[in-house]
Amino acid sequence: MGNKMVVSCSNEALAPGWDANGREPVQLDPAGIAQPFTLSRNEGSSDNRAPAAAALTAEFEKHFADGTVIKVELCRPADAYSLTVLFGPSGAGKSTTLRCLAGLDRPERGAIHFGDEIWFDAARGIFLPPQRRRIGYLFQDYALFPHLRVAQNIGYGLGKIAAPERRQRIGEIAALLGLAGLEDHYPRQLSGGQQQRVALARALVCRPSLLLLDEPLSALDAPTREHLRRQLRQWLVELQMSTILVTHDRIEALALGDHVVVFEAGRVRQSGSVQQVFSAPVDLAVARIVGVDTIERGKVVQLADGFATIQVGPKQVIAPAPSRRKGGLDNEVYVCIHAEDVTLEKTGANPRQSSAGNRLFGYIRYLHREGPMVRVNLDCGFPLKALITNQACQNMGLRERDEVVATVNTPAIHLIVRE
Amino acid sequence: MDFEAVWLSLQLAWWTTVTLFVLGLPLAYWLAVTRWRLKFLLEAIVVLPMILPPTVLGFYILIAVGPLSPFGRTYEAMVGRSLAFSFQGLLLASVLYSLPFAVRPFTAGFVGVDRRLVEASWCLGVSRLRTFLRIVFPLSWAGILTGVILSFAHTLGEFGVILMIGGNIPGVTRTVSISIYDDVQAVNYSMAAMTSLVLLASSFLALSVIHLVNRRAL
Repeated sequence: MGNKMVVSCSNEALAPGWDANGREPVQLDPAGIAQPFTLSRNEGSSDNRAPAAAALTAEFEKHFADGTVIKVELCRPADAYSLTVLFGPSGAGKSTTLRCLAGLDRPERGAIHFGDEIWFDAARGIFLPPQRRRIGYLFQDYALFPHLRVAQNIGYGLGKIAAPERRQRIGEIAALLGLAGLEDHYPRQLSGGQQQRVALARALVCRPSLLLLDEPLSALDAPTREHLRRQLRQWLVELQMSTILVTHDRIEALALGDHVVVFEAGRVRQSGSVQQVFSAPVDLAVARIVGVDTIERGKVVQLADGFATIQVGPKQVIAPAPSRRKGGLDNEVYVCIHAEDVTLEKTGANPRQSSAGNRLFGYIRYLHREGPMVRVNLDCGFPLKALITNQACQNMGLRERDEVVATVNTPAIHLIVRE
Repeated sequence: MDFEAVWLSLQLAWWTTVTLFVLGLPLAYWLAVTRWRLKFLLEAIVVLPMILPPTVLGFYILIAVGPLSPFGRTYEAMVGRSLAFSFQGLLLASVLYSLPFAVRPFTAGFVGVDRRLVEASWCLGVSRLRTFLRIVFPLSWAGILTGVILSFAHTLGEFGVILMIGGNIPGVTRTVSISIYDDVQAVNYSMAAMTSLVLLASSFLALSVIHLVNRRAL
């Protein structure tokens, strides 16, 4: 590791909406951070990094008594410490997948490989119990041991190691997660956020080679959740922990994830980098799950130089041509536009310079305030949604029924060919 | 009071409780965690001695330990004497008779332990046995203690099954409840009253302790 490492997140394509609640670049500066955390390992080395990451490949089916079948295909690269998000609506099979990866549930067929270890292979009858997978698992409601104090909870999985080393390792992780001073408390004496951090400390102190988090923030109240969301990514990067996280919260997925796997109705619909999946969903279902604000039907009327002109209602928009062979002339497509990619101006104002922009005239149907942001529903021949800051809204003096010009950059429009 | 009978009853209750602790805990734990479809059948069998008249249970055990059954013949060939009308025979009958009084509170205690705590322990690399000792056992102690006290107290008060299997041999199978029956038959009411009072008091004490620990555990 160099002197300074900046783990930045390529969120250029994401406009202010994501930044407001989203992830911030995590700066790692071993000299600069108050105390660089070195978590000692069994061998006594001062290397604080997690064991070298291994690739995870899973391809399995889990059957339920009611006939439901969860079918999973996922591959997690051996990146040093990336975070993979399993994302989708409730009941889509994300948690089941996580339990199968942990060895808490046994799939009916398929295989799970982690590095050169075989965790599960139905054909060969191999099933490694959770004890032997060296994972950390964080339960949704933390599952702290109620009869043990915080220090005992954290040190529970350490096994037989010398008392001074045990104390040192518990102390280090407690300090990192801001739990110092709470060692003698019982779980019931802690707040939700503290309980969550104890559960995280209990998993991390064992130096797992893969950390599995099941909706880690969902049981917290809103302010604690936002605070911990920012810290969680920072801690995981600091400890260089390979992580898989389950969530149904879009903001969490965007703020925490490097890779995302989208689940729907027991199937993996799409996987890839967070940017790729959220800006270019492969089909209508994924577009809805990742929360594309405007999804309108259109028809390809012209194709030239890699760009397609699409007729949407009475208007035409220009977008990068769909890469699939099917996306030819006269094809029906869905036009996908994220609200934060739409900028607004009042009519009459000097048009901004926008070389590759689609300028659409329309009027405001209604404004909806969401904290620091304002969601604007427009009618510009077809319904279009925009997300702007409260400040911008006030500066322009936007009101309902006002006429506006909406600008959407060409690359920000994504086309899905209708099957 | 027939102290020989009291001492015999205490011995029987002690060994019954120890046996039920050793055999009942794994059975109860398995009942608490298994997802086996036919589990309900085994649960029904465990509770059967609560409903069955002691004479019916006693009759079947008597047949099972007698020379007519393969089990009875094997035991007699190995040990040299029959299980019927012996202390060992009484112990077998008592264990079966008190089975629900041990297994049901044990199971209730185990079911009350959040399964995710067990799974959390497994994921932290701790074996199933150590998870049981460090998580399940400490969190279900009230249920386990209840089962232990109930099986002890219930065995002390056994009558019908004892009479069927053990008969009434002083020092061997004549337990305290049978001594009361004998005293009443012999119109020795003062003796019967004293023994009855001791049993009443001990049963009341046992139940009070059970309710106290279960209130504390909440």
